[in-house]
Amino acid sequence: MLNGEHGEATAFAMQILVSFARAVGAPSLLDVTAAHIDGCLYHGQVSLDFVERLVAGGGHVRVPTTLNVGAIDLIHPELIRMTKPEQAPARRLMKAHEELGCVPSFTCAPYQTQFRPVFGQQIAWGESNAIVFANSVIGARTNRYGDFIDLCCALTGRAPAWGLHLDEPRRGSVIFRLTGFPPSVEPTDSLFVAVGLLVGASAGERIPVIDGLPPARSEDQLKALGAAAASTGSVAMFHAVGITPEAPTLADALGGTPPEATVEIRPADVVRALEELSTVPDGTPITAVCLGTPHFSREEWDRVLPLLASRSASAPARVPIYVNTGRDTLRSLEHEGRLEGSQRNGLVIVTDTCTYLTPVLERLDGTVMTNSGKWAHYAPGNLGVQVAFGDLEDCIASAAAGRVVRVKP
Amino acid sequence: MTRPARRYAPGEASGPALVLSYPLSFWGGLDVESGRIIDHAHPDRGAFVTGTVLVMPAGRGSSSSASVLAESIRRRTGPIAIVLSVADPILTVGALVASSLYGAQCPIVVCSIDGIATGDRVEVHATGDGPATVVVATPAV
Repeated sequence: MLNGEHGEATAFAMQILVSFARAVGAPSLLDVTAAHIDGCLYHGQVSLDFVERLVAGGGHVRVPTTLNVGAIDLIHPELIRMTKPEQAPARRLMKAHEELGCVPSFTCAPYQTQFRPVFGQQIAWGESNAIVFANSVIGARTNRYGDFIDLCCALTGRAPAWGLHLDEPRRGSVIFRLTGFPPSVEPTDSLFVAVGLLVGASAGERIPVIDGLPPARSEDQLKALGAAAASTGSVAMFHAVGITPEAPTLADALGGTPPEATVEIRPADVVRALEELSTVPDGTPITAVCLGTPHFSREEWDRVLPLLASRSASAPARVPIYVNTGRDTLRSLEHEGRLEGSQRNGLVIVTDTCTYLTPVLERLDGTVMTNSGKWAHYAPGNLGVQVAFGDLEDCIASAAAGRVVRVKP
Repeated sequence: MTRPARRYAPGEASGPALVLSYPLSFWGGLDVESGRIIDHAHPDRGAFVTGTVLVMPAGRGSSSSASVLAESIRRRTGPIAIVLSVADPILTVGALVASSLYGAQCPIVVCSIDGIATGDRVEVHATGDGPATVVVATPAV
């Protein structure tokens, strides 16, 4: 491939991949059978120049390759508050990736599509929440790939043989133990977010093993945990003892080696982590609710739609409720007629992008409520808004009240 | 004083050193329009990397740092070379992409960075098949 027998673009990608492998100390390359590309979000002219070079060189992906979010909602372009000239390079970047043979999935949750990998599968994925989900919840194998290099893996079907592709580096080395909780601690959404925030903040480069977590009510809770851990830190994989596939027991998670350290997570730590996520007190007026970071799953829709329907008669939403979701998930909801009348409930559906990355929100001068630890972590810096964090039920109740309220005190 | 180095991205450069005591994440840490360090938590916030041989212990942070380094090289607001204590795959990719796309080389080498001070004149030689070298000259006072 290096010498151009598979075309100029493949040789270009292979040159970069080989140099990258050398920099990480990988002795060889291995085959990957899927890729997920984080490069369709516009970072500047270089983003586009790189992909155009591959398109011009006849590049085509060699493995099934999904795309992460871009800067434009191609299905609801009227939502994007950018001028046409501002949108042009961002749109072209998304289109150019399609020309390389990538699937136009434009979702940060490729594990919620038909391209979900399987246990043990070697893949090259970008996007921090997707990486941690694939490794931890599914047991597929990827390192933290990203800009340029994920596409080089997709064009060559190869990745450096190092890190989380191998057995040894997947072993946990630091224990996070839930301590002082009642024996039947309730598996609330907030608990999983808080644990994710705390683990991310102190795991560093180590693989965390979470011990004492109650069984998750849904995969979405593990998705939220991983997304939070990959926001406050650079966690690429976690084990949850008795929950995730490579950690049936603590000993399995540690792989027979003693942990470097044990960190206790107490109820007070959970309360503090959640309090620190909100930048305003309860009762503060809100300008919007943002859900779906990472993209809302079908199961999350099945939870929120009845909540919205039961509210709409008695107390319609006073502020818009933005929900980011994958275009495939939206199609299936529309196909089943599940969204009829939902606009009257204040619902604004966003696909292909995310409300913390690109100008979608009508107002940036107030407080936005979210059920996402990731959104709450990044939005104040990215958008300049104030944030209130709460469970899904709190968010819907707050949309009706027009201010931050809690369903359960 | 000549130091042996390992080459990760090729090129030749000569300029004043900017020595950072703490690794810089280019994403969120460097303003590509001005070349200034904008990370609020970084001890060298406010310093300009433009035209310097950037010397730091390691790289840090998000893979988007590859794009930010490449974009800064394209805009000629970035460093002219990077000298690290340990290899960094993300910065290596950023420099290689910029070199391939724009022919603008920002050599990246790994060597001992002990005793290099901001303002020292540093030459980075990292072309050809032989080993790379870093030459450090302390300016006469």
